[in-house]
Amino acid sequence: MRDVAVVAFTQAPSVRRDLDRNEVEILIPVIHELKQKTGLKNEDVDFVCSGSSDYLAGQAFAFVSGLDAVGAWPPVCESHVEMDGAWALYEAWVKIQMGYAQVALVYGFGKPSMGDLPITMALQLDPYVLTPLWPDAISLAALQARICLEKGVCTERDMAERAVRDRKNAKDNPFAQVKGDFTVDGILKDPFVVSPLRKHDCAPISDGASAVILAAGDRAKELCKRPAWIRGFEHICEPLDLGVRDLTRSRSTEIAADRAGVGKKKIDVAELSAPFTHQEILIERALGLDDGTRINPSGGALAANPLMAVGLSRIGEAASRIWDGSANRAVAHATSGPCLQQNLVCVLEGD
Amino acid sequence: MAELTAVIGIGQTKHAAKRIDVSMAGLIREAAERALADAECTWADIDAVVIGKAPDMFEGVMMPELFLNDAVGGAYKPMLRVHTAGSVGGSTGIVAASLVQAGIHDRVLCVAFEKQSESNATWALSISMPFSVATVVGAGGYFAPLIRGYIRRSGCPEEIGIQVAVKDRLNALKNPYAHLQLADITPQMVRDSPMLWDPIRYLETCPSSDGACAMVMAKESIAKRASKPVAWIHATEMRSEPTMFSGRDQVMPRATLDNAKSLYEKAGITNPRKEIDCAEIYVPFSWYEPMWMEGMLISDTNQGWKMTESGATALDGDFPVNMSGGVLSSNPIGASGLLRFAEAALQVRGMAGEHQVDGAKKALGHAYGGGSQYFSTWIVGSEKP
Repeated sequence: MRDVAVVAFTQAPSVRRDLDRNEVEILIPVIHELKQKTGLKNEDVDFVCSGSSDYLAGQAFAFVSGLDAVGAWPPVCESHVEMDGAWALYEAWVKIQMGYAQVALVYGFGKPSMGDLPITMALQLDPYVLTPLWPDAISLAALQARICLEKGVCTERDMAERAVRDRKNAKDNPFAQVKGDFTVDGILKDPFVVSPLRKHDCAPISDGASAVILAAGDRAKELCKRPAWIRGFEHICEPLDLGVRDLTRSRSTEIAADRAGVGKKKIDVAELSAPFTHQEILIERALGLDDGTRINPSGGALAANPLMAVGLSRIGEAASRIWDGSANRAVAHATSGPCLQQNLVCVLEGD
Repeated sequence: MAELTAVIGIGQTKHAAKRIDVSMAGLIREAAERALADAECTWADIDAVVIGKAPDMFEGVMMPELFLNDAVGGAYKPMLRVHTAGSVGGSTGIVAASLVQAGIHDRVLCVAFEKQSESNATWALSISMPFSVATVVGAGGYFAPLIRGYIRRSGCPEEIGIQVAVKDRLNALKNPYAHLQLADITPQMVRDSPMLWDPIRYLETCPSSDGACAMVMAKESIAKRASKPVAWIHATEMRSEPTMFSGRDQVMPRATLDNAKSLYEKAGITNPRKEIDCAEIYVPFSWYEPMWMEGMLISDTNQGWKMTESGATALDGDFPVNMSGGVLSSNPIGASGLLRFAEAALQVRGMAGEHQVDGAKKALGHAYGGGSQYFSTWIVGSEKP
């Protein structure tokens, strides 16, 4: 495997509703800032890859206008996944591994405020047998949380602790949306949104975008004093059908973590993309994290959840901890699909 | 640096206006099972799955790969979903190939599909968004002015579009998987068909199809052991440019020219007309055959139509194009690009049946999409590069 590193990261502030800008207008300053930071011009970038969803924009081919943010002229070598930008980063990493590229630009963007997100997500289910029942995303997660509580996998207090921790961490993150000092006892008094989930158990709905530069070998060292080298990278997809999965654990994360070598050495920092508190617990366990790991120093997905960019942002945030020297080994996680169906794990190291 | 990679298995469905006998999952599984059988391997041999399709609104399912993954053996495996507009089928093949070329996986299955009968593509392509220019004309309305631009520049006679429409439908009669089977097609019949978007007549445009295509790619050590001929990947290339800006040549975009130059350079081709034996080109409207002969640098500028006129692009010509019947005969949009790539591979494997070009050793697969702005292509060969 070639040495490939995350060398730069920019993001838009996550907001509940960006009234003034469309998806691309949110993306433009993010990509401009990334180019300014690195001094890279389009001709220095060998491959561009992005992640977004037509259904968030409410338009077929919504990603096409992302090319306007890149300023793709002269024409660029480019691809797009209808997935979170974390998977776009995976594709870019593959292109660098095969020798097709040295430097890649990756971005993810989403504006879920264009529609009613929990209901929109019902369109992501089996269209013949599940979608006609219109189960919204929060209700499906609540089913999973209920199973976890009844099987003794976690308690409501464990879940609230994650919310308190992430919101507290997010106070240091100017791009986060939900932040502040809360107490477990305080937030447990809140009413249920969908039992057993309270508001704090659910990630916010966020409009946002993020972008990353990947570079190989010496090129990475030129672009970054302390590159965040990708030492393990895997993603696994489970079947969608909830009835054939064990919802009290994340098997796909376990497999991906094993293949990515998460457990080989101590993890200093973890950035998790779990959009519900009980899911954050499941991911922590699937990754085998313990008290020795600082979890979600950015606040994670529970503090800012720009769909299609949130996973890519986790990789960017984890890399940032390597760059500033506060971590030497970090793991970033991204998820997609109902109840943690598909998961990606990326291990980053400073040395 | 890239690992040598080959196509070892190909499968496609019977394409039709409505495949009401299968669900989306059944459709892609039909193609995938045929690809596995051709590759002489089982679901367990597949390391990763790549799924491609055009906009999700074409079926009305958001990220349908999530519910489809299981149907093509993707449970507990890595799965990627590619979407690069009309070129997506080609891009899907390229991503799958990259996973092997990068040395990450040994065998990768890619599947691309569209089940147009479950929604309405022209509706999905005509959504008007706030503060943006709404053409609300579907694909035909979008491309008709570009075709008129080409006709004006090149002096291409009206007969050319008709000639391509007839040629591709006659080729489709030799392809049992093709959607349209118009045994009685004549130039007069095409000329008499209704004008949809001047100059595109009804019979000069592609059908709306349900269909899927699948391929298995494998690394060299596996491909060498295959009992059937394989198609070695000589080069892949992609280019994209923005939809509209002042001065953009939409008739002959720079992205196609850059893509072609780079593809041939990587494949070691200096004279594509001579060195490539046949090509499957994305031609959704008949006029795009001569346009892409120029866009792929196979013909000189404004001369592409002379290749059609002289019969060079016919099945028995010196540069056969769309031997399978092409997009004009089957158009499951998301799969149409992968079908072009797959048909190119079938030709160099000598497994194209009745529409086989004798002795084809090197073939071009091509797809384009968006506002003539996304291009993905590959060169495959019977011999290693």
